[in-house]
Amino acid sequence: MYTKEVLDHFENPRNVGEIKDADGVGEVGNLKCGDVMRVFIKIKTRKVKGKSGKEKVEDYISDIKFKTLGCAAAIAASSMMTELAKGKSLESAEKITRDDINDSLGKLPAQKYHCSILSADAIKKAIEDYKRRLQLK
Amino acid sequence: MKIYLDHSATTPPDPEVALLMNKVQKEFWGNASSAHSFGLGARNILNEARDTVAFSLNCQPEEVIFTSGGSESNNLAIKGLIDAYHSNTDQKNNRATPHVITSAVEHHSVLDTVKELEKQGLIEASYVTPQKNGVIRVEDIDAEIKDNTVLVSIMYVNNEIGTVQPIKQIAQMIAKNNELRIMNNGKKSNVTEPNKHNSSFFIHNSGNKFAKQIYFHTDAVQAMEYFQTGVRYLGVDLLTFSAHKFYGPKGVGALFVKNGTPIIRQIVGGNQENKMRAGTENVAGIAGLSAALVKMHKAKADSKIEESGKLLPELILYDETKRLKQLRDKLIKGLMKIPDTRVNGCLKRRSPNNVNVSFKNAEGESILLMLDKEGIAASSGSACTSGSLEPSHVLTAIGVSPEWSHGSIRFSLGKHNTEEEIDRVIEILPGIIKKLRQMSPYGK
Repeated sequence: MYTKEVLDHFENPRNVGEIKDADGVGEVGNLKCGDVMRVFIKIKTRKVKGKSGKEKVEDYISDIKFKTLGCAAAIAASSMMTELAKGKSLESAEKITRDDINDSLGKLPAQKYHCSILSADAIKKAIEDYKRRLQLK
Repeated sequence: MKIYLDHSATTPPDPEVALLMNKVQKEFWGNASSAHSFGLGARNILNEARDTVAFSLNCQPEEVIFTSGGSESNNLAIKGLIDAYHSNTDQKNNRATPHVITSAVEHHSVLDTVKELEKQGLIEASYVTPQKNGVIRVEDIDAEIKDNTVLVSIMYVNNEIGTVQPIKQIAQMIAKNNELRIMNNGKKSNVTEPNKHNSSFFIHNSGNKFAKQIYFHTDAVQAMEYFQTGVRYLGVDLLTFSAHKFYGPKGVGALFVKNGTPIIRQIVGGNQENKMRAGTENVAGIAGLSAALVKMHKAKADSKIEESGKLLPELILYDETKRLKQLRDKLIKGLMKIPDTRVNGCLKRRSPNNVNVSFKNAEGESILLMLDKEGIAASSGSACTSGSLEPSHVLTAIGVSPEWSHGSIRFSLGKHNTEEEIDRVIEILPGIIKKLRQMSPYGK
């Protein structure tokens, strides 16, 4: 039922845990539906060369951790999402889609597709949370 | 080491049964309906098998219909009876919608059949909710009986939580209602009150079978090996069972239909099975079913049978059920040592082979996959294993909240399981639960 990639990420999930002083936290799902995902991100800035060749400063995800209560697909999708997001600029991390996660896992079974939706939503929520905190500062 | 603890899903076919089926396939491949000697060979096998089932259920051979298994038998019992009701010409003139009572914890082949008939407007339906321990109260069924009730369908042993329903007592209650109907000219009570369900049919057609009787069907798929299934003992009109739940082959089962019970066949074609189920008979499968039954009865006959006590008198307490009960209780006790764990279903009125536990903050499918990696096969009532987004309808019906039902695991034991295997599960599972809880946002 599951691909090798899914089983690998389920059995050896990457980036499991919490970040105590996280810059943003995103939580999706609820106990009733059975899947709950919590994502913690740490944001740093770095200098990169823009398209015009001019140097600019950007925010990027320097560290990411997750905790998930759910089925194998939910755990694997969380793990894959953290791999995709780690080291990415906020701008491109925001653009991670459910299909990016699903494709990287070698496709989840149809009835498990919603698990990739959850983890794509989780990273967006964590980034939103980070931005909200910035505004409050 | 591979440990199979999913016998309620299916059992490994007995090697002797498989061997016999192979022989039948090779040597008795004739069509049992044919007049020639090839047909006769197959026909003899069918007749013998029918006699075996009749012996096993304590009924007449002509009361046995072979089917493709439990789901078909359940469909035939319910749809067949309702079909017969609607085909009755007197009924057509009266248009009283028949009423069916079932429970909220039935197998989907019963529950969804009733729901489908209800949706089609062919029946009214009531779904009785069991108590929190899973046991259905006889009074709760009685309370649902109306003047237009024609069928009650209650399972014998629940496939998920192993709860044993009081089938004999329900049958006695229904018999009482049937007696009352005759005495009171078709009504449950002789109190004169306006009846919203248009029961006139019952009063004016007292000669009609449907006019006086409520029929009782039980799905005994999980009961055959461990419980009394004599239909006279139970007092049922219809009883379903399937061969692959007691070390027989898949794809074959039977429906007991008491003589005189109005049923219309649901598979139409030839005149097989006394015109109750068309289609060339699965002779090898039916031979396998019969051989598995014989083996099961032999194990009981070779063993001392003890009094099983007042709480569960329908249990046949012989060597195997005693052994399974001990293993079951050991497993439950061992698993309950894991913090935040609960047992689902009644501990006393429970099948000797069923363990159903829930772990908080660990999801069922994840637990199953980790167990499978250790070679342990079980099943779960979590939403993620059902293919839908809903957790088990059985656990929901007995009031188990989603946070518990998503973490439910069923172990169903069988004759090859050993104490060492149970010890291994008790040794392995705490680590799996711990690992998953560490991954959970709510876990410690």
